[in-house]
Amino acid sequence: MEVKINFTLNGKKTTILTDPNQTLLWVLRNQLGLTGTKYGCGNGFCGACTVLINKEPVRSCITPVTDVSGKEVITIEGLARNGKLNPVQKAFVEHDALQCGFCTPGMIMTATGMLMKNPAITRKEIIEGLEENLCRCGAHGRIIDAVESAAKEMKGGK
Amino acid sequence: MKNKETKTAVRQEESTKNGLKRRNFVKLLGGGIFLFFRPWKGFGGSGVSLSQQRRRLTTDYNAFLHITPTGIINCYTGKIEMGQGVITALVQMMADELNVQFEKVKIIMGDTELCPYDEGTWGSLTVREFGPAMRIALAEARAVLVEMASSQLGVPVSQLEVKDGIVYDIRNPSKKVSYAQLAKGKKLEKYLDVKPPVEDYTKFTYVTKPFKRTDSVLKVTGQAKYTADLKLPGMVFARILRPPSHSAKLISVDVSGVEQVPGTQVVRDGDFIAVLHSNKEKADEAIVKIKADYSINEPNVNDSNLYDRMVGADSTVDIINSGGDLTEGSRLSSRLFESEFLDPYDAHASIETHTALGHMEGDRITVWASAQSPFGLQDDIAAELGMPLEKVRVISPFVGGGFGGKIAHQQGVEVARLAKLAGKPVMLIWTREEEFFYDTFHPAGVYRVRSGMDKEGRIRMWDYGVYYGGTRGSDKIYDIPHFRITNYEQKRGAPAIHPFLTGAWRAPNANSNTFARESQIDIMAAAAGIDPLEFRIKNLKDEKMIDCLKAVADKFGYTPAKLPSGRGIGMACGTDAGTWVALMAEVRVDKDTGHVQVIRVSCAQDMGLCVNPQGALLQIEGCVIMGMGYALSEEVKFNGGVIHTTGFDNFNIPRFSWVPKIDAVILDRKDKPPQGGGEPAIIAIGAIIANAIFDATGARMYRMPMTPERVLEALKKA
Repeated sequence: MEVKINFTLNGKKTTILTDPNQTLLWVLRNQLGLTGTKYGCGNGFCGACTVLINKEPVRSCITPVTDVSGKEVITIEGLARNGKLNPVQKAFVEHDALQCGFCTPGMIMTATGMLMKNPAITRKEIIEGLEENLCRCGAHGRIIDAVESAAKEMKGGK
Repeated sequence: MKNKETKTAVRQEESTKNGLKRRNFVKLLGGGIFLFFRPWKGFGGSGVSLSQQRRRLTTDYNAFLHITPTGIINCYTGKIEMGQGVITALVQMMADELNVQFEKVKIIMGDTELCPYDEGTWGSLTVREFGPAMRIALAEARAVLVEMASSQLGVPVSQLEVKDGIVYDIRNPSKKVSYAQLAKGKKLEKYLDVKPPVEDYTKFTYVTKPFKRTDSVLKVTGQAKYTADLKLPGMVFARILRPPSHSAKLISVDVSGVEQVPGTQVVRDGDFIAVLHSNKEKADEAIVKIKADYSINEPNVNDSNLYDRMVGADSTVDIINSGGDLTEGSRLSSRLFESEFLDPYDAHASIETHTALGHMEGDRITVWASAQSPFGLQDDIAAELGMPLEKVRVISPFVGGGFGGKIAHQQGVEVARLAKLAGKPVMLIWTREEEFFYDTFHPAGVYRVRSGMDKEGRIRMWDYGVYYGGTRGSDKIYDIPHFRITNYEQKRGAPAIHPFLTGAWRAPNANSNTFARESQIDIMAAAAGIDPLEFRIKNLKDEKMIDCLKAVADKFGYTPAKLPSGRGIGMACGTDAGTWVALMAEVRVDKDTGHVQVIRVSCAQDMGLCVNPQGALLQIEGCVIMGMGYALSEEVKFNGGVIHTTGFDNFNIPRFSWVPKIDAVILDRKDKPPQGGGEPAIIAIGAIIANAIFDATGARMYRMPMTPERVLEALKKA
């Protein structure tokens, strides 16, 4: 039986009718057409599916869609405003902090969530915070640099 | 024209190759994915028939480019983008060869219908093999355009030059005509009997300059389309019934349970059984309702006994290189060394699993797939379905990591079968478990080395054997008069040594061979009491290798010391994909836990002309980090045909806390042909870490991965 879920998606009030047994990942991808959120493992181990729920980075592949009821969900598609990249996205581009790009949305969402909570984040905290996000291409060093410079930019109020 | 069913999803934007109007976009419901209409007929832009293109890359320049009326140059390549960055490097090469602006070149990749035939994206061949062939073709296109300009402007060719896609009279620059005006959106008709030379490197505007990735904005905003992101009307998701073991044979199956999941369709073709559902997670739910019985006859092989099995097997023995006389070499040696190195199966573990979307329309099929060889997949689908090649179109959208793993494209063939059986578009996204189960693993192997050196520390004898791993990178590289390289491989008719498929894993086996060779070199250097850098240089005649070693030592700030120095510094060198590399690492070994932390890595690389120094650097960094995985943690666990490595919870790839400081020097070799960049640096990572562990602790590592347990074990023996 389908249920009605009300939540905020990328700043817009959204109502969906959906099977309550689904995960947020596949509802986002298939019902809402937001394919920037990736399937990497389905068990919450890789982080490619990370989205923000009430500003917390969450693994959408193991999150029941019903969990978002009344909450605020941000996906990778919701970060840029009027075509202007958010500081983390911008820093990823500037630092060339990606290769195949498949883990990138999850990396950016995790980093954005971390910086929202802690703009004064240290390099060590960035590494710890990203530890459970997997990248196979080996862009790690650049990702750390990118997040660090995004943190500086956000702290500077730019 | 009936457009209703003739749709094709596209990766980014549409391309117009032959000037036909094909910008008829349709927005679909819900998915928010743009599809555009495009009839199957009306292609043939290159005028080169499929059969002509097949088997080898065409030399017809029209197959590589189309000059649009707006001045955008569409460039076509059968190569695919999986993170390695050729999407940028090829455009640099195209822009320079045609003398057009970088921003005006649009690259169209990996589409069997639009792009010239290409065998596949592997072996770091795009820049060194495809690139030069493409440049030769584009040089002819440029010359043809200049000739056309000459007749149009009434100015001799010798008096014309091209800049930014505009041909102008050097004596009167206001006399000019653009490529777009010359081509008028059509394909060029003229071909030259005498092919013009390619552009000289001194005239390059873009090549040799560092360029950042051109796909990063698409990728940081979630707009980049990978196969799983595509959607077609009426599309269903598939899950396929999988056996529990590679040795399992299906005896009986009961699919009645899927009725509990309404809306599920079961399709079956012999042992090939799948469920289809419009909802991805319903398909996941339905597949586990199928009850299947298998007969399983497991071979007695597992991740611990496999090495004995390899060495003891009745093998085909092939001496692949030899010189001098080993007995004489032994006689000349004052000391002999014998080592055996072990290397397990390793998984590619791309973050994107194998994925494909198939759509059959009448007697034609289109398959989008995360595949390193769209043309190879086209061949395989045509063979599987008994269809002519011309009726099979394969497109590789952005690929989420390959590393050799997506040379195998079983999922693309599976989806083609499903699309045919179902009569509707089918999306197949392998689960992470399927990804590990069907991965074409890097083959495990045993590497045996017997070597000898004289009192002066000169290597006199080298007897090297590869058992079931692979011979890439097994060259002795050092100046050794008496040597033999032997390959022991699967004998026809003998029991299969590898219990499942194996395949190319980034710089296939050069990693293992470099680990074995360069460890043995350090074993000898330590015994000789000679600094390992000096020992290498002393035994090398290869100037390029010596240059790389000196360059890396300089970059690293290396100071000589005998092994083990206690500093934790390791080095190694080798060649791969036409490129010479030397690397150094500094590690810290926790003697209580056996944990190895890599602090920093330097790399020196002679890759000939480096097209994109920034891209090359990214590849070096990626090689170092990915290489730390095979060196320190990655090992596929199995018993017979049962794969115990099933996910990222039990297969540990490098993470952020592992990451060392990485720097690199790319030797200036602009006057030499470009060589491979995607793989070379990874070959040395196992060796530099093993040698650094020895330098730190005096413990020699003979087996990869060098896990904390194995390091502790080696420390006990040290």
